[in-house]
Amino acid sequence: MDKKLEHGTATDTAATAATPGAAPSRRAFLQSGAALVVAFALPATGRAAAAGATALSAYVRIAADNRVTVVCGSSEMGQGVLTAIPMLVAEELDADWPLVGVEQAPVDQAYNNPMFGMQATGGSTTVRANWLPMRQAGAAAREMLVAAAAAQWQVDASTLTTDKGTVSGPGGKKASYGSLVAAASRLPVPAKPKLKDSKAFKLLGKPTKRLDTVAKSNGSARFGIDAQVPGMLVAVMARAPTAGAKPKAVNEAAAKAVKGVQQVITLPSGVAVLARGYWAAKKGRDALDVQWDLGAAGQLNSAAISEMLDEGAREADAVALDQGNPRDASANAAKTLDARYEAPYLAHACMEPLNCTAWVQGDRVEIWAGTQSQGPAQGILGQVAQVTPAKVKINTLLLGGGFGRRFAPDFTIDATLLSKISGKPVKLIYTREDDMAAGFYRPPSVARFSGALDDQGALTMLKAGVGSPSIMAGSGFMQLPANGVDAMALEGLVDHPYDIPNQRIAYGRREPGPQVWFWRSVGHSQNGFFTEGFIDEMAAAAGKDPFEFRRALLSKSPRHKAVLELAAQKAGWGTPLPKGVARGIAVVSSFGSYVAQVAEVSVGADGTPRVHRVVAAVDCGMTVNPLTIERQIEGAIVYGLTAALYGKISFKDGRVEQGNFHQYPMLRMNEMPKVEVHIVKSSEEPGGIGEPGTPPIAPAVVNALFALTGQRVRSLPIDPAPFKRA
Amino acid sequence: MLTLNVNGKAVALDAEPDMPLLWALREDLQLTGTKFGCGVALCGACTVHIDGVAVRSCSTLLSSLAGKKVTTIEAMAGTQAGKALQAAWVAHDVPQCGYCQSGQIMSACAMLAKNKQPSDADIDSAISGNICRCGTYNPIRAAIKTAAVSLRKAG
Repeated sequence: MDKKLEHGTATDTAATAATPGAAPSRRAFLQSGAALVVAFALPATGRAAAAGATALSAYVRIAADNRVTVVCGSSEMGQGVLTAIPMLVAEELDADWPLVGVEQAPVDQAYNNPMFGMQATGGSTTVRANWLPMRQAGAAAREMLVAAAAAQWQVDASTLTTDKGTVSGPGGKKASYGSLVAAASRLPVPAKPKLKDSKAFKLLGKPTKRLDTVAKSNGSARFGIDAQVPGMLVAVMARAPTAGAKPKAVNEAAAKAVKGVQQVITLPSGVAVLARGYWAAKKGRDALDVQWDLGAAGQLNSAAISEMLDEGAREADAVALDQGNPRDASANAAKTLDARYEAPYLAHACMEPLNCTAWVQGDRVEIWAGTQSQGPAQGILGQVAQVTPAKVKINTLLLGGGFGRRFAPDFTIDATLLSKISGKPVKLIYTREDDMAAGFYRPPSVARFSGALDDQGALTMLKAGVGSPSIMAGSGFMQLPANGVDAMALEGLVDHPYDIPNQRIAYGRREPGPQVWFWRSVGHSQNGFFTEGFIDEMAAAAGKDPFEFRRALLSKSPRHKAVLELAAQKAGWGTPLPKGVARGIAVVSSFGSYVAQVAEVSVGADGTPRVHRVVAAVDCGMTVNPLTIERQIEGAIVYGLTAALYGKISFKDGRVEQGNFHQYPMLRMNEMPKVEVHIVKSSEEPGGIGEPGTPPIAPAVVNALFALTGQRVRSLPIDPAPFKRA
Repeated sequence: MLTLNVNGKAVALDAEPDMPLLWALREDLQLTGTKFGCGVALCGACTVHIDGVAVRSCSTLLSSLAGKKVTTIEAMAGTQAGKALQAAWVAHDVPQCGYCQSGQIMSACAMLAKNKQPSDADIDSAISGNICRCGTYNPIRAAIKTAAVSLRKAG
């Protein structure tokens, strides 16, 4: 089931025989590379295999015909890691890029995300975490190949050069990597291979086509939901509508009367119907007609949640930032302003509904899934099935979107339980409605701001209290720090770039109940909107241009300032626009990168905002693939704009009110703005790119709406009513 | 037993007539390029052609398909428009996660079969039923135009 992708081909390989136990750990690999080559030799597949591929490490194999296979430990959910990781290796290896392919790694410590200490993909970390290790993997392999050539030619290695998969030496000697790899694999792995100076990069920083495009254009790409295991049953669940809800009455007989239904199994999370296929399972599920006892969660309503969070914002006493004397600054101000901002729960709504195929056989578990957290899953599913983690094999397939949702273990746990109980391989598929209502939402949040201006219109004081549930406390693998401040509840606010002498920023934790989780750009997704909306309000209160007002406050934040200026310049800030169109601007730094956006917005007769053009400037340090950066920023804008215009998960009497896309709409082709992305040339360390494009779009749009209409939007999604023209 | 014509071949299926085509394709025929997204014809991930018309297979019952020709993404490389679109998808590096792209290509292909010079409004109308959560709409639009140019050149 593992994927192997090569340029211009869509090689759909059979399952490899690689087991977690057979792959070397990074430590072991460094200690005794040569011995481990044998341990890691994978059954050869595709064209590379036919020629016999030899491993130089856990990350690189080279075949006699010079094909290079890079093994990628990160999960591909659209963000381009199956191209970025090979680029990092190939650069230092001096590989011939058209001959480089990629393969999804099994679970092994060798593939741990160095920023997480576990094998998992999220937080826009893949390039940041692997920038050095994957280049080192390429450089180590290169040095081994050079050493093999030096030994063969009886010359000093320092006289040799490499380019496009070939070692060259004195007197016109040339040897291909494929001809050297067998000898190279017997040499020790250099512990500290020499890395290139960034000025010498041939591949990194150059726009490069993705390796997975052909397979994703002809239907052959294999996602989690495409897993096929002989004899497998498909499960659809009547999921508990609230955490802790218990079924009062279940019409099991009606479900079992549906042709094709095999079994009905009750789990803590709901009642599952197992059938020969999805349709029978779904019909059986619908026939169950479950009556639920919702328990205390049955009282949950969105209005009450909003009240609870507002109280948290007002009483916020977990202080994250206390600087100067906000009280005096307020008392001495020429002008003060208070505002209340709010953002709702949001679902990730990946295009591929959540699913997992699991097979528990005796003391072994095997799953096939699009997961962002295969490392932790080994331990979790080991516990679920009561087997040792080493006996849990995870086959990571492509993810039809992740956005943080596929970091959660709910779908892998339930599939594993269903297989263990039924004794059969089981593919659990969430319906779209199940996926929407299954929790793990972006936390809702209320922020209460106060700002003060002096008689020159300078911002002298910023106070903010945020009421929100805690991702850290609810995650199951992080802890709320001793000061009680959930870092994610305040990120994008407490780390704002503006030079303001007096500040107090505090958190008031409130827990309405529904499971909260990481959602593309996490806390920045709401705090970017709050902060950049309120700063815009302060600019208006000061009677200043919103771009110039920000710029004046950014003297200590040069990278923010540079992207702000670049976006403004490229957007033609201050130049005339057609009647009925206005610009808004916002800048947010997240995940080590800096993004400013200018949105051009008009309003339809029914009050619906229409975004015509977005100009983005991004500084994400040194770049791997500018093409991916452009596309990730554009995609992140669509993700954030969809939420700003439409996104809301609400509760009535304990139940989620949204089911399918008619109730949780997505931005579509006819609403798509033009997007321009400008990348700042930089020699800073690489920043993340999957998430940083999301936070600035909502504030850029609401700031444009203010410029256009004088109406300030302080709650998302944007309510069109105030903008409606009679 | 039901008989269907899928990608030019007659296939016999032991399936309930009220089952949507999507599940026959994905589970009985192992044509997994057609995707499940919403189940109620709101997202377009399951788009196939029935007698050349783009249709949501999640909401098309097997009982409605007697005598009709079903074409899926797996057969697109064998059609002139499908081939042009796939080449344009690669040239424009369109997909991100890729999950919706079969449906996007099927919708685009049905349009190009009738209209080799689509305007932006034509593209909006043909594609707005296909959601892309990764936000690849602008590259999709550009790729459709490229494919249209190559189809016009080919005559």
